[in-house]
Order: sequence, then structure tokens, then C-alpha cells
Amino acid sequence: MPKSPDPPSTTTGPPPDGEVVLEARAISKHFAVRRTLRNFADRNRPVVHAVDDVSLKLRRGSVTAVVGESGSGKSTIARLLAQLYPTTSGELLLHGKPTRVGQGRAFRAYCRQVQLIFQDPFGSLNPTHTVRYHLTRALRIHDRAGRTADDLEKALAALLERVHLTPPERYLDSFPHELSGGQRQRVAIARAMAADPAVLLADEPVSMLDVSIRLGILNLLRDLKERLDLAILYITHDIASARYFADETLVMYAGRMVEGGDSETVTQRPAHPYTQLLTSSAPDPDRIVADAKARAEAATDPAGGEVVVEEEESETAGEPPSLISPPSGCRFHPRCPKAMERCASEVPPRFDLADGQWAACWLYAEDAPKQAAPQEASA
Amino acid sequence: MTSTPPVLEISGLNVNYGLGAKAVHAVRDINLTLHRGEVLGLAGESGSGKSTLAYAVTRLLSPPGVITGGEVTYHPREGASLDILDLEPEQLRAFRWSEISLVFQGAMNSLNPVHTVRSQLTDVLRAHRPDMTAAERQERAASLLSLVGISADRLGSYPHQLSGGMRQRVMIAMALALDPEIVILDEPTTALDVVMQRQILKQLTRLRNELDFSVVFITHDISLLIEFSDRIAIMYGGRIVEEAAAKEIYQAAHHPYSHGLLHSFPALHGPRRELTGIPGSPPDLTAMPPGCAFHPRCPKAFEPCDQRVPTLAPVPLDEGRTVACWLHADH
Repeated sequence: MPKSPDPPSTTTGPPPDGEVVLEARAISKHFAVRRTLRNFADRNRPVVHAVDDVSLKLRRGSVTAVVGESGSGKSTIARLLAQLYPTTSGELLLHGKPTRVGQGRAFRAYCRQVQLIFQDPFGSLNPTHTVRYHLTRALRIHDRAGRTADDLEKALAALLERVHLTPPERYLDSFPHELSGGQRQRVAIARAMAADPAVLLADEPVSMLDVSIRLGILNLLRDLKERLDLAILYITHDIASARYFADETLVMYAGRMVEGGDSETVTQRPAHPYTQLLTSSAPDPDRIVADAKARAEAATDPAGGEVVVEEEESETAGEPPSLISPPSGCRFHPRCPKAMERCASEVPPRFDLADGQWAACWLYAEDAPKQAAPQEASA
Repeated sequence: MTSTPPVLEISGLNVNYGLGAKAVHAVRDINLTLHRGEVLGLAGESGSGKSTLAYAVTRLLSPPGVITGGEVTYHPREGASLDILDLEPEQLRAFRWSEISLVFQGAMNSLNPVHTVRSQLTDVLRAHRPDMTAAERQERAASLLSLVGISADRLGSYPHQLSGGMRQRVMIAMALALDPEIVILDEPTTALDVVMQRQILKQLTRLRNELDFSVVFITHDISLLIEFSDRIAIMYGGRIVEEAAAKEIYQAAHHPYSHGLLHSFPALHGPRRELTGIPGSPPDLTAMPPGCAFHPRCPKAFEPCDQRVPTLAPVPLDEGRTVACWLHADH
């Protein structure tokens, strides 16, 4: 498989102000597919190419978003970075040192630095235990409970205050079912903070919550980032929230990174055709102003009206590819409106664009036709 | 849009879960009109009663859900109006799906995994159109699939062989099988990715124009509603708190909750604003605050809010809009 040339030099992000805490260099993860009669005798067992050749850096005091559809491998990245399962290839560097932990002591030491928050606060807290139990356990495991009961009590109160669950005594002895979704997610965040980590991996932390409280959680995470100088990985399918919350945004498609850069640049001037598709598909109320005009014109001209509605509706336009046998070359080429011959045969490396933005797309190769400037997204 | 005649009128609808003193009032005093050919958006958070409302209207509510009062009047194209809540089981069975159909949230769960798409599509026809021959049913099923953009050779597929988007399209095809007048979509695209979501909604808009049915579109994603619906009703704590044309609500929301909801979605374009969402959490239906259900979270709450419940009333000086908020009531 062709690798992008020398990952460290090509991982360009925002100006490198924060120290890199956790770095992934060309990591891949393949999951074995269950053997069936049909492929029993095959020498090469089929695998799901969940993540291929992904490099990223998490910096102190900065939020990095990974945006992608379901099945694009974004959650796998979070689990790989948390070392919940081993990488197939590539390496992880914590504070610049390669780490590969299995279980036991080494894993625990790694956990102290890198904590993971899950999507579902209903499933990630034990329904039979109180908030106090969850937090005390995390504090004890990471040796931060102090020596006396008084120390512990103080530590618990500090944790809950940090996630804005005040007064702490009101929440300490409640069970998860007595809390709302947002409060539960705050407890999950407090539990992660109990380890005093350097990196927080947030796997869709708000997608299960009610819309009116999502921003409260995102603002809390941002506040923690600023006060504690955390490096945060924010996994999401919602590119608008990545723009709001993250400093740097990476876009994934079918297990590969296709574009990255400063969040504002990536969302306002998407370079990769997939990112362009993503931004044009996201719901955007501002579009109705333009739409209303089009509709008014359509009303006066019934013949021309239908054309607007009936644009692109090819059958596979919305289908991500199978990851067991991913398309050759660029994985987006079967759906790409700008696909060229080369796209089907060669995997595009990262091409650097202006302002620290990069895209893995042949449109930006030196010898590509010149028409391909990053598109203004204001459709 | 308001010029077309109404097709469904809900008045004073109340739904409880449970009986007696411990009953939870999930839907309270709903008055809502759906006009012919219109897309009515119903927005609200989980627990606001929007799905309960949909189930009550189609009488699909299962115990302990009880409809405790109100009327749901259906106006067919020809013939006399009828109250859905008064229908006998026999009549109801004939009425449901041929006049009102539903598309549920999880297409994965609504399709039977052990039957092919063909048998599930023809099953609807067999039940409602007993005079159709097998060949006709087959033909109709194939044409329904092509209507939603799936080739007819997928008729023999099982649900697990289809992608999430295709399964949701099959559900839509099934909902359209008997040419209903009203299609209720309960979070039809929540489980799908944005790209697929847009495709399906575009297709629905096209089908609506072709087949001329009315749509009730239930979702929590108000930014989606603004794009795809004509009118929006916003629910909170079991009541409708504001109703207006989609564009108007976006440009100037009157109810503080609608305003907060609109400011809970980060924008993809335009200036990057600091957003706060809405403080607090949605109300617990078993312990509703007195007065306006929103007052504990409302930044503009004042003296009558925690005592008296505001009623949905027309907004002075603003035609066609209603809001349930003391800020806009003349008193």
C-alpha cells in the first residue's frame, strides 16, 4: 500500500504553538472478518480496512476534530489512540516516545495520560452505583484520592465543580437514572478528569444528548481545555459543530484522512470533493434565503422549476464503499464528480495548500489541471 | 400555504401515560392544523411529546398511553369529515395507511429481517386491496421501489442486504403504497448521514410535488426543518409553544425557547458566534414546573410565568403566527 511520504513533515496543522502530546504516525487497523465456507481456504483472510494510514497530532491546549460519516473509522481512531486495541501498523507517540501498551501496569500508566469519553452516557455509567462510587473509584485507581476521607471528599467536590455540577453534595449520592443526559455526560467527563489526563478523547460526546444542552457540554470541554491545557480529540459527524468547537479539523472518508487544516479554512474553503459534498449536505438554514428565491422563480416558470429539485439523484451517490474490498486508488473516486483516470489507480498523498490546509486529492497535484482552486462553500 | 383547505385538524388533544393521579401528561391541549400539500415541521427535544402526538393521531398509541380528550378531524378530498378518535377498530384498520401512513425512525427495526422487501411491500397491498391480483401487486411493488430510486431487482433482497439509506427508502415506498393523503415522518433521517439525509429529503420533496400529499415531519433538528418544511410548530413539555412559517421562525423567533433552540446549532457559514445553548435541562414530565413549563430555563421569565400557563395565541401585529408566551400576550 503506498504510504504518504514521511508523515511527520506532512502533518501540517495550525501554527505549532502547543506542544504535541499524542501523535499517531501512519496508523492502520484491520479487523479480521469471520471465516465462512466460501473463504475458508483463502490464504489471505479478508479484513475490514477500518483505518488506513492515518497520521495526526494532538497538541496541548487545542481541539482537533475528526469528522466523518458512520463507518468511516473515526471511532476506531479514538479507540486506537486510547490503546483499547492494538494497531495493525504504525506507531503512537506519547510525549514523543513510542508507546505500545498491552494490559496491566503499562496500560494503566497510559490511561492516566489519555482518557476516553464515550458517546452514550446512559451506557457508560453503571446504573447500580452512585456518582460518588464512579468518581471515587477513578480517583483511587489513579492515586489521586488522597490519604484521608477528608481529602477524598475535597477531591470529589473539586471534580464535580469542575464540570459545573454544583452544589456537589446534591449530585454525589445520586444514581445515574436520577440525572438527565447532560448531567450524566458531565459525570462521565468528571470521571475522565479524575485521572488528571493530558489528552481527552471525546467520541461523539454530544450526539446522544438533547440539542439544547449539547452546546453546554461543548462549552464545558472548551473551558476545561483552556484551564487545564488539555489536548482534546473531538470525534463527530457534524461538521458545523467541528467548526464551532475545534481548532483543527480532519475529515475522514472510508478509513482514510482526506483533508485537514484549520477548522475555519476546512469548512469555509473545503478542498477535497468529499468535504465539499459534506458541507453542501449539512443542514443550513441560511440556504433558505437563496432557496426561497429559486422557488419563487420556479413558481413563475413551472417548466424550469422541477429541474432544481431533480438534480443529482444517482443511485449510489450516497453510499460509502465496502471496507472489506475498498476501491483502488482514492476511495472516494467512484462517487467523485471530478474523478480522473489516475484516481482509480493511485492513492493520492497529502498535498499541501495555503494556510496549513492539506488535501489527499489528485486535483492538487503539481501536474493536475489548474482549474482546481478550493471551492468557496457559500452555495 | 394557508390558502389550501385543511386536511387534518387536531383540537384540544390530550394524551396521558398511565391512569389516575400518577398519570404523566405527555401531550397537553394541542391545537394544530395541517393543510393540503403542506409540509408541517414538528420540532422539540426528546420528551417534548412530538412522537406521542404522532402516535395519538394515528391511534397507534399502545398502553399505558391514553388519549384523554380532544378531536382529530380528517377531511378527505370527497365526502364527509370524520373524527379519527371515534373510528371503530374495523374502520380504523381500513383508514390507517390508506389515508395516513407513518415512517418510523429506525428503518432497521421497522422492516422484518426474515422477509424480503417484496413480501413486505406486497403484504400491505394484499391487506388493503384484496381485489388486486398477485401480478398487479408485484408490479405495484416494483413501481413503488423505482419511485424512491431503488431498482426493481432489489425486490428479492432482505433488509440486511440493503444499506441504511435504502432501507429508509423502502419504508418511504411502503408508506406511499396506498397513495395516502398524509404521511407522518417520525425522525426519518436521524440514523442516517448528512449526505444520505439530504438525498432522501430531496426525494421526498419531489414525491410530494408529484403525488400531492401532506407531510408531518417530526425531528429534533430544527435547522433541517427550516430548510424542508413550510410551517413549523415547536413543542416543549407537551405543548406547542410557537407556530409560524419556517422562514419567519428562523428570522425572528418569538418564544424564548424557539430562540434558544435556534441558537443551539452552530452555523456552518457566516460569522463564528459564541453560542450558549439553553441552560438547565428539559423538564421532567412527572414533575412539571407550575406555570409555563419553560420558565425555570427562560432568560426572560417574569412575574406571571411561574404561576399561569400561557395559551397559544396569535401574535399581535404578526399575521399567521401563534405563540404561547406571556411576553407576547396583551394583558
